[in-house]
Amino acid sequence: MDNSTRKIRVLVAKPGLDGHDRGAKVIARALRDAGMEVIYTGLRQTPEMIAAAALQEDVDAVGVSILSGAHNTLCPRIVSLLREQGMTDTLVVLGGIVPQEDIAKLKEQGVAEIFLPGTSTQEIATFIRENVKPRE
Amino acid sequence: MQELKEASSQDQLKRNRWEEITLQKSLGRQPERTSKFQTVSLANIARLYDPTDVADVSFDRDISFPGEFPYTRGIHATGYRGKLWTMRQFAGFGTPEETNARFKYLLKEGQTGLSVAYDLPALMGYDADSSLSEGEVGKCGVAVSSLADMEALFEGIPLDQVTVSQTINAPASVFLAMYLVVAEKQNADWKKISGTLQNDILKEYIAQKEWIYPIRSAMKLVIDTFEFCTNHVPRYNPISVSGYHIREAGATALQELAFTLRDGIEYVDWGMRAGLDLERFVPRISFFFNAHNDFFEEIAKYRAARRIWARVMRDQFGAVNERVMQMRFHTQTAGVSLTVQQPLNNIVRVAIQALAGVLGGTQSLHTDAYDEALALPTDRAALIALRTQQIIAEETGVANTADPLGGSYFVEALTTEMEQGALDYFDRIDAMGGMVEAVEKGFPQREVQDSAYQYQKALERGEQTIVGVNKYAMADELQEVPILVIDENVRNHQVERLERTRAQRDNSAVERTLDAVRKAAQRGDNTMPATIDAVREYATLGEICSALRDVYGIYEEPAI
Repeated sequence: MDNSTRKIRVLVAKPGLDGHDRGAKVIARALRDAGMEVIYTGLRQTPEMIAAAALQEDVDAVGVSILSGAHNTLCPRIVSLLREQGMTDTLVVLGGIVPQEDIAKLKEQGVAEIFLPGTSTQEIATFIRENVKPRE
Repeated sequence: MQELKEASSQDQLKRNRWEEITLQKSLGRQPERTSKFQTVSLANIARLYDPTDVADVSFDRDISFPGEFPYTRGIHATGYRGKLWTMRQFAGFGTPEETNARFKYLLKEGQTGLSVAYDLPALMGYDADSSLSEGEVGKCGVAVSSLADMEALFEGIPLDQVTVSQTINAPASVFLAMYLVVAEKQNADWKKISGTLQNDILKEYIAQKEWIYPIRSAMKLVIDTFEFCTNHVPRYNPISVSGYHIREAGATALQELAFTLRDGIEYVDWGMRAGLDLERFVPRISFFFNAHNDFFEEIAKYRAARRIWARVMRDQFGAVNERVMQMRFHTQTAGVSLTVQQPLNNIVRVAIQALAGVLGGTQSLHTDAYDEALALPTDRAALIALRTQQIIAEETGVANTADPLGGSYFVEALTTEMEQGALDYFDRIDAMGGMVEAVEKGFPQREVQDSAYQYQKALERGEQTIVGVNKYAMADELQEVPILVIDENVRNHQVERLERTRAQRDNSAVERTLDAVRKAAQRGDNTMPATIDAVREYATLGEICSALRDVYGIYEEPAI
């Protein structure tokens, strides 16, 4: 399918034990309103479940929401599982409470961008639109 | 009656005159800043409140005196002149030893009650060594997996002298059992100890989402704690019906009020159906509200909450004892309102929110630390939060008189509007068959989600302001505050203690008591005695919750 007609597909994922899903749900709805296809995983997904869902849904981007401080454990694992299953171009972005010190390392590990509290949903939609890899 | 009507139409005439003359002249010179003035809940606020707005509000029926029905002006005749609110800072991080040190620090600095924050594995009923706990141990609260951790947590803190509030819900009955066994080991009399268990499972399904079992089994566990405490720990509050998390998840002030009170009614209904005595168990039901940014909306919310509860308890449940009708509540400032950007501004937000809680007549208060949008609070940030309460209590003078805002046209009109809005929600929920049914249908969840989205859109349109974020933002802002970092070794420390505990205990006694927990759950008996027995044998949190999972199964969230 031609990239200009195919909608960008995004998996909004909530790993870890935390139940604070306000952000994940607001983002899911905002990306949908911005014209993307959004699949929300629901709560308490393991990195394995998230990677499997990304493959099955053939998404262009995975948006991970973590507020609990578990990002250093969970994010690198999600990225490497995606890469292992051949999803080398899939954009991974993270939203949540992430200390400044952790940001550079997460980027090195393959997280394309980290959105901190206060980021507008439009900014996130724009970033995803501009950074997903065009499809054949 | 005739006189009242005449007075009210007189007031209307005066109001009309003011609008035609004074207001018109003023608007001609200086138009208003915007066409709509809204609260943070996106509720419209009128230009002016005057006697016409409270024409239907009766002093005797709706406002009355502090300490008297319907308690709009507070449950104590002397307000805070007798006793200030309890300053109860929510704290918990890392190992039980680290949190114990923080507790002692806060008590030394004049805090008057404790409040425990548990980590996510504890909230979900998993031990620190579960694979699901990886990366989460001690992060959002203190790590507790068994009685051994609980003993370390309260080491040197006499439970018959300090009241402790525990924020724990799905596995609350296990934490109550651990608390009681620690008290027992300190030789503290269960009849004398007090404290509060959050134990509000309905709001978990609505907002906070830390559930384990299906909703009706979870409700049964809550009722077990009511029954057990009524008979054995009579001064303990086995529930804190919480609007706080509903609000944080995006609800408006009105939705927070309505869903929380309707949850409270649901617990009373379930307690009555289980044969509990209204006059004995309801006085121990406490509440917990948010204190958000919109000052007067919050104050009206607290006043309406007391009035609604008193009326429902008297009129719907036939209460005669005033303690059944008096709503007691805790307040916490709004974590969701705190910003990462220019974090010291949060000190100001918290102070104003806390003031609303005090002017609304709260029984206890937690003030958030300014660094909470970044991480768990440092000692310094936690201390400023406590000092904020002490300044409100001892410098501002607001605690000198009972309900200082009573009689304000604006506050009374808003209070009545809140009450009516909540009663409308009650009607919709009752039509669904009750709150359990409404939650099963996803009704409150959808309402909250919609409000969260509407607020986000209003924010992005610039109709709502967050200073330092969508207005007065600074481009080259320095990260100006140090934050608390939780050591990844906390998990190792906790896993080691678990291994020691498992090696030292009588494992056949553990098996036997866990089996008794399962049997009690199967038979529909009260699970508390068996849970306490299992805790005494050092069965872990994960083991006890797993025994209950065997019987009850787990909750699956419907797509909403």
